[in-house]
Amino acid sequence: MQRIGVFVCHCGSNIAATVDVKKVVEMARLEPGVVHAEDYQYMCSEVGQAKIAAAIHEKHLTGVVVCSCSPRMHEATFRKAAEKAGLNPYMVEIANIREHCSWIHKNIEEATEKAVILARAAIAKVNLNAPLKAGESRVTKRALVIGGGIAGIQTALDIADAGYEVDIVEKTPSIGGRMSQLDKTFPTLDCSACILTPKMVEASAHEKINIYTYSEVEKVTGFVGDFTVDIRKKARSVDMTKCTGCGVCQEKCPSKKAPSEFNRGLNNRSAIYTPFAQAIPNVPVIDREHCIKFKTGKCGLCEKVCQAGAIDYTQKDEIITEKYGAIVVATGFDTIKLDKYDEYAYSQSKDVITSLELERIMNAAGPTKGHLERLSDGKPPKNMVFIQCVGSRCSDNRGKSYCSKICCMYTAKHAMLIRDKYPDVNVTVFYIDVRTPGKNFDEFYRRAVEDYGVNYIKGQVGKVAPQPNGQLLVQGVDLIDNKQILMEADMVVLATAIEPDPSVRKIATMLTASIDTNNFLTEAHAKLRPVESPTAGVFLSGVCQGPKDIPETVAQAGAAAVKAIGLLAKDKLMTNPCTAKSDELLCNGCSQCANVCPYGAISYETKLINDHGIREERRVAVVNNALCQGCGACTVTCPSGAMDLQGFSNRQILAEVDAICR
Amino acid sequence: MKSEKKQAEMIREISGVNPYKCMKCGKCSASCPSFNEMDIKPHQFVSYVLHEDIESLVKSESLWKCLSCFACVERCPRDVKPGKLIDAARQLVVRQRGETYLSPDEVPELLDPELPQQLLVSAFRRYRR
Repeated sequence: MQRIGVFVCHCGSNIAATVDVKKVVEMARLEPGVVHAEDYQYMCSEVGQAKIAAAIHEKHLTGVVVCSCSPRMHEATFRKAAEKAGLNPYMVEIANIREHCSWIHKNIEEATEKAVILARAAIAKVNLNAPLKAGESRVTKRALVIGGGIAGIQTALDIADAGYEVDIVEKTPSIGGRMSQLDKTFPTLDCSACILTPKMVEASAHEKINIYTYSEVEKVTGFVGDFTVDIRKKARSVDMTKCTGCGVCQEKCPSKKAPSEFNRGLNNRSAIYTPFAQAIPNVPVIDREHCIKFKTGKCGLCEKVCQAGAIDYTQKDEIITEKYGAIVVATGFDTIKLDKYDEYAYSQSKDVITSLELERIMNAAGPTKGHLERLSDGKPPKNMVFIQCVGSRCSDNRGKSYCSKICCMYTAKHAMLIRDKYPDVNVTVFYIDVRTPGKNFDEFYRRAVEDYGVNYIKGQVGKVAPQPNGQLLVQGVDLIDNKQILMEADMVVLATAIEPDPSVRKIATMLTASIDTNNFLTEAHAKLRPVESPTAGVFLSGVCQGPKDIPETVAQAGAAAVKAIGLLAKDKLMTNPCTAKSDELLCNGCSQCANVCPYGAISYETKLINDHGIREERRVAVVNNALCQGCGACTVTCPSGAMDLQGFSNRQILAEVDAICR
Repeated sequence: MKSEKKQAEMIREISGVNPYKCMKCGKCSASCPSFNEMDIKPHQFVSYVLHEDIESLVKSESLWKCLSCFACVERCPRDVKPGKLIDAARQLVVRQRGETYLSPDEVPELLDPELPQQLLVSAFRRYRR
């Protein structure tokens, strides 16, 4: 028989205002096995923990029930306190009478009744608890970073600087990501490439960093500290060890009709290409869909002109398998598709562009060599209209419900840069709200209005209509003047909402990392664990977790790196002892448990079994405790009831249910 | 005459619109082809319902200037659909007048061969009750 102590927490008024804690104590005393019950204002405080320790010593407790907040908050606290006092930590159970009770009820009588029932269930469980011991698992001292944009590069640099090996997997032919496509960056207006390329070079030259470009994560198995990852290195058709990056192949390639991904399809590139001049690695890839050699078998010009003999048409996709202790997701974003926003005429006119396309037009390496001109006829614009919140802050089925966060600032940047370089261009911005929280951000926006004469209009645009003369007729509203506005524009720029890169869904599934309804990766705790995924060993960096600008991304990248380093610095990890265990006498070796196990933790052995005097060889399930995560899928699948979860046995759970129904 | 609160509720019920979702972006007014004819503008319509100033609303010329083109309904990013609110306010007024339907016998003499057929269909639909 257990000797159980029950400790009821007031949590200030969080619990005590809605639950009669004295009544809970009184009722708990009547339960079988309970030899001690008391209440206190803050059980998690030093004094509260000391009360638990004292009761363990004085009353020789073998089990403890704490009626308090969610076990996610303080289970670890109370288990540690009990362990210090000499009790096995797994003899402590939490009855959640805050989140599950006081916070969701208003009526004191009802809440008290429920608190008593929850306490009763926890007591019934502790009566059947047995001491458990945590095992150990090893840590592979190597990190994987998925995505080679500024988030991934910064995370990799920070982890590598701490002395650990890092692999970056990037799906495009070069690292650099979205930041490499930007022209200038707010609020200081420094050139994006000037601050990014040194980091790219640093990452590629770092002895601890290994970069796999044109590669994708194919499969992930294992768990925190010990992940096994298959990486598909797509066939580059160029030998990376031989290529000197001279660029002759790109010049001579006769197939020049592939839309340039880097320039957002605004111009074309050759079939053999590097995305941009500063690409790292500076080794081109052959886009087999557009390559004449691959399409017709004729051509082979690049092979002929390549002095290094690096062209290899026979290359095949290669799959490599690596082990990692930690994985950081840094998959970034893309702009949303605008096909549902026909009123802005994006698909009808070349002169209606997204802001990211404007970045390319403004950039000296872009399709217009940095000259601001209309893509339809190459003429310089006189009147430009910017439309904010295109696809952001929508609760209809067309756009995204969230604010994309970066658009207000980059539009102020664009407006200012245009007014600075082309003072005769009129710039009008239609906005709903201007949101500029951030250091020196609002001052930046005000400069656009006060010093650069950008015309900000509070209101939206209803329609953009291309006219036969090539002009764009913009119909909008000025809500301050309460007037409808009809104006002609030469170019219209849409502040298009951003969304997580579509590849993140597949990656999240492989990592069993949760994502929200907008495909952003979910944090372990929105406030207190913002760079960790709820899946142990998986960390989040950059826009894959939520919209953010470059400074925030870099800050988060560093934070994710620190969390990964904290994990890699450990030699061994304590494993959860609440794992599955098979009763050899009951197991009939049917294999159903192994089929449902998501972690591959169950195997079969043929053993000599002594079944009540009958000795025979039987095939039985064996659980690998290092791999088992205690999900319980096997226990509900087992037809003979042989599989049970330690710490959550069928008997314990049924005892809880019985106690609740009593 | 019902209280303004009741009437505002009725407008919300008939239209199926939740005016609290409005974020005051003005896209409805930016889209409206009758904007210049209206004394109360489409985006203001939403606030009038929100603030339960129904008296001003039913007196407004805007009720009868709205073309029911539903551009605002199509484009509203918040699913507030001002056009439906206007439609509901119009229905409220029409219902309060009573005797708002034509008997089928009266229809033939009103028919004009120039009238678009769609108009007839929608008139029947609207005044059937």
